[in-house]
Amino acid sequence: MFYREAGDFKTSYRDDGQTFPIAFDRWRYYFVLLVGFVGIPLVLTEYTANAVMIPFLIWAIVAIGLNILTGYCGQVSLGTGGFMAVGAYAAYKIMTAAPELNILFVVLLSGGVTAAVGMLFGLPSLRIKGFYLAVATLAAQFFLVWLFNRVPWFYNNSASGQITAPERSILGMAVTGPQAGAVPKYLFCLVILFALAWLARNLTRGRLGRSWMAIRDMDIAAEIIGVNPLRAKLSAFAISSFFVGVGGALFFTVYLGAVEVGEAFGINKSFLALFMIIIGGLGSIFGSFAGAAFMVLMPVLLKNLMVDTLSWPTAIAAHFEFMIVGALIVFFLVVEPHGLAALWRTAKEKLRLWPFPH
Amino acid sequence: MSVAPQSGPAPAQAPAEVLMEMRDITLRFGGVVAIRGISFDIRAGEIRAIIGPNGAGKSSMLNVINGFYHPQEGEVWFRGQRRKPMKPHQIAHQGIARTFQNIALFKGMSTLDNIMTGRFTRMRAPWWQQAVWAGPAEREEVANRAFVEHIIDFLEIQAIRKTPVGRLPYGLQKRVELGRALAAEPKLLLLDEPMAGMNVEEKEDMSRFILDVNDEFGTTIALIEHDMGVVMDISDRVVVMDYGAKIGDGTPDEVRSNPQVIDAYLGVAHD
Repeated sequence: MFYREAGDFKTSYRDDGQTFPIAFDRWRYYFVLLVGFVGIPLVLTEYTANAVMIPFLIWAIVAIGLNILTGYCGQVSLGTGGFMAVGAYAAYKIMTAAPELNILFVVLLSGGVTAAVGMLFGLPSLRIKGFYLAVATLAAQFFLVWLFNRVPWFYNNSASGQITAPERSILGMAVTGPQAGAVPKYLFCLVILFALAWLARNLTRGRLGRSWMAIRDMDIAAEIIGVNPLRAKLSAFAISSFFVGVGGALFFTVYLGAVEVGEAFGINKSFLALFMIIIGGLGSIFGSFAGAAFMVLMPVLLKNLMVDTLSWPTAIAAHFEFMIVGALIVFFLVVEPHGLAALWRTAKEKLRLWPFPH
Repeated sequence: MSVAPQSGPAPAQAPAEVLMEMRDITLRFGGVVAIRGISFDIRAGEIRAIIGPNGAGKSSMLNVINGFYHPQEGEVWFRGQRRKPMKPHQIAHQGIARTFQNIALFKGMSTLDNIMTGRFTRMRAPWWQQAVWAGPAEREEVANRAFVEHIIDFLEIQAIRKTPVGRLPYGLQKRVELGRALAAEPKLLLLDEPMAGMNVEEKEDMSRFILDVNDEFGTTIALIEHDMGVVMDISDRVVVMDYGAKIGDGTPDEVRSNPQVIDAYLGVAHD
């Protein structure tokens, strides 16, 4: 009954333009922040951090990045895995070249390197669209993975061809390397995700975001009102790749610790990110979170249910896991082709009118 | 304002400056000649109609004006200067806006966002200020929102400002598209069949908006329209095209009595 705009009057355009115009939403948002920053660290175990929370946070960053490019600017990309690899290898090179540098700057710089690479591979988007662009970005995926496999400079000539993250700490707490604890790792990823999500929200509701959406919805009309397609598309590639690069750097340094490129950043990672934003909702920041949560949490929940609760053999459970996740994807897309974010929006619209049908 | 003085025959009622002049424009697509050697001008503050049967080259002419097509021959003069070949988005920054024959709104965005996007050329804040949503970027956003609200009031679409435009009926979509073009505060507004597919009432509304835009904002308007009643009522001067050539030019009364125009529309053969 309290989910209403009624009585919550806006007297300025600034208030009217805010992200959560309904008071209840604002309180819920602060509540989620409180749980994320205070509640979860109090109860976090090693297992939930490594299997659930940290991959969720990192994939949410990647999903927001891809959503900027595909959901907001309409440029389909299958190069996400490759760009994550760029972030990871950039982080490795920076960490080994400058051991004194704070890990936060390492991660941000890696994002910057990825942004430059992303812009380079975004150049074809000026000429080709849709599926053809997807195939062109697929080339980026294969080329980048090949590059990191074949050029020993990228993995400092190590015998195994792997890269391993050395230990780095923030405020005296290790966030990378084998000694790192669950809570510092979790908080490090959460702070970065929070900041990046906030930036993404601001960018997508401002002039730049509108120029992306204009290119996505009707590129001819966008040009006629003054949007330069070159700048709009390349800025989307750059900012999207920055997010994906930061995600890749965290994936390597904080989550995996050691990486073999073909295994960690293969084509399946590109598809996973694309599934996340399609299931979550294209062109929605919330959708990126929902999609990442769905794709990360669902397999873990199913595994816990089948192996631990029903005590099925692990091999059978693994097969069922694939089948059930696949079926759920199809089910959600049939029910709501615009993703979980649209489902959420419909629910909120219904709730605003409740208990009346219209 | 560097507007060249009018050199052609001055009309009796409006000795206004020439805002845009097309000189001997010829546009070819391979062997097809879409426009052959057309010249005409658009004076500041007038409503200039371009009419003609289907395939006469009217929309091609608008596409030449806002830079989608580059004519093989001829010159485009805008505000007293010869225009170099430009991209459409550069031309938008010069102050030319348009609407499309088939509505070209941004379907995924609300009415408000569509019209805000029309303010694109008027906003300056760099992207990193937008990213933190503070200081100049936020003030600019609010100031432009206030301007957009004026347009929303003017077009009487307050009730649908937060509705996604894909859900709106056709007549309102046309109105939102006009709003998006107006948001750029254009010097020259091009309307490609603003009344196509509308019923009488919607046509009356749209005619009223076009006249009000011309009156209140002083915007120069060039429009293509098939409804002769509307064209003859609201336009100051009319260009008539047929098979890519100009067959008539003048006030509605002059055009109406031009035998070539009557031929083109009624297909009467003179022996």
